[in-house]
Amino acid sequence: MTSLVDLSLLEMKAALRAGELSSRELTLACLEQIDRLEPRIHAFLTLKPEKALTQADAADRSLNAWRKEPDRPLQSLLGIPIAVKDVICVADVRCTCGSRILENFVPPYNATVVERLLAAGVVILGKTNTDEFAMGSSTENSAYGATHNPWDFDRVPGGSSGGSAAAVASRLVPAALGTDTGGSVRQPASFCNVTGIKPTYGRVSRFGLVAYGSSLDVVGAFARSAAEVALLFTLMAGHDPLDATTVDLPVPEVRLSQPAGHDFPELAMQGLRIGVPQEYFVSGIQPEVDAAVRQAIAILESLGAEVRPISLPHTEYALPVYYLIAPAEASANLARYDGIRYGSRQPADELWDVFRGTRGEKFGPEVKRRIMLGTYALSAGYYDAYYGQAQKVRTLIKRDFESAFQHVDVIAAPVAPTTAFRIGEHADDPLSMYLEDVFTLPANLAGVPGLAFTVGFDSRGLPVGMQLMGSHFREDILFQVAHTFQQVTDWHLQRPPL
Amino acid sequence: MILTLEEVEHIAELARLRLTETEKERYREQLSAILDYAARLQDLDTAGIPPTSSVLPARSVLRPDEPRPGLSLEKLLGNAPEARDAQFRVPLILE
Repeated sequence: MTSLVDLSLLEMKAALRAGELSSRELTLACLEQIDRLEPRIHAFLTLKPEKALTQADAADRSLNAWRKEPDRPLQSLLGIPIAVKDVICVADVRCTCGSRILENFVPPYNATVVERLLAAGVVILGKTNTDEFAMGSSTENSAYGATHNPWDFDRVPGGSSGGSAAAVASRLVPAALGTDTGGSVRQPASFCNVTGIKPTYGRVSRFGLVAYGSSLDVVGAFARSAAEVALLFTLMAGHDPLDATTVDLPVPEVRLSQPAGHDFPELAMQGLRIGVPQEYFVSGIQPEVDAAVRQAIAILESLGAEVRPISLPHTEYALPVYYLIAPAEASANLARYDGIRYGSRQPADELWDVFRGTRGEKFGPEVKRRIMLGTYALSAGYYDAYYGQAQKVRTLIKRDFESAFQHVDVIAAPVAPTTAFRIGEHADDPLSMYLEDVFTLPANLAGVPGLAFTVGFDSRGLPVGMQLMGSHFREDILFQVAHTFQQVTDWHLQRPPL
Repeated sequence: MILTLEEVEHIAELARLRLTETEKERYREQLSAILDYAARLQDLDTAGIPPTSSVLPARSVLRPDEPRPGLSLEKLLGNAPEARDAQFRVPLILE
């Protein structure tokens, strides 16, 4: 018998509406799954079972009332349990950002994305583990312990949204929110076999997201299929008066009932031009990753897409550009943690010793490393050589994408050079960890959307992810292509052996 | 090694981070390795290339300045390590 937690988000939605299932039953099933697996996965930092059940009961009352008057509108995700990455504020629920410096911080308001999903009826089960302030590629940098990959407990789930990806993969929740500053949705999606969207910069409000790299940060979502992620995306996206960087453009309705609007799957991709960037298929990449992504591109071609080789010539510079710009922005953003207004304080007699002591004691090693790096890149005498030059090269990277999208509709590439690596594999060698991000950073620097999903498994049984990147605000094409792919393949349906 | 120990101490002071001697030495090595890697950016000729600080086009984001309800004082001070008389409390800064 299929357990309730194995239902997909869309199946849950249908069963709730039909009255075959209550939100309370569903929420309890998720909580039982969490009880069973959480000791081995450690996906959550905070669980709110009582609060969730109160929300579930309210949802059940609305569902019962609606069934008596089915002509009335009903909230899109009414009664569906989800999890939220612990860098996104949920009112009156502790938000640690994976850091000791915020171990007692309770935000007094909801992030806009949380507000919108609550308005759509979701039940929030808890807050998921993350690298401290979203700085990392493995979720090992959490001050509260690493999250484990459900496909192999000795391996990382990716990061920084590793808790959310692991929670969705191991059926603790059908969907979860993440954030992507340099790949933090796409890479954990790839490592855990879930589908994850990094929207266009400016598409989704950052209000209530704890800032890391403000010109790069974007809130995204995880679920088990492109169709489900598309639904979450349309509910989250849109202009927000509380975030001046959100764009006032209509959010396209993503229609997925027919593969790309065609009746014949073999013609579904007719007219679609897929760019394959040579810089993402280089020596050093795990051969099984290269092979699986090439096979996936061949599948899209067999569905009628036209595959074109392209070049994004400045790809190799994305890593040094990112690791100057993101730390520079982080060093400014994290100046607010001074032990005065919120967070914990290291007491001292002198005010400046409060600052130095609080920050020195309560920030973890990677956060301090990036603050130091960013402070240096912005300091007098080095600004032009490091930060200024990085901003100019960022322009070149952005132009690479603009040129490419004059000739292709989407770009297909591996998410990461390898499948999930071992916990501890990159300990004490930050540069080797940064190199894991080499294929995800360019989309953030250019601000373009990216969608990651599984296109195979390696010989160890670990998922291999592919990402589709699109031009600004064309998430709809990414969802259609991935949805069509998932109609003719079943890798995304594979469950970890738990 | 790009950075000296004195430079590491200077950066830490700018960033208001108290570091142990072990941390200073570790960051000196690690930051030097990262900056050495980043030096490849100098290979590119960027004369005439404008910097990108945001991928979005610049536009006015001004809105009417209308009063709206905000958070209560109690909520705003609720996360402070120390608060008294509706104010954040800090160590003595003036004798």
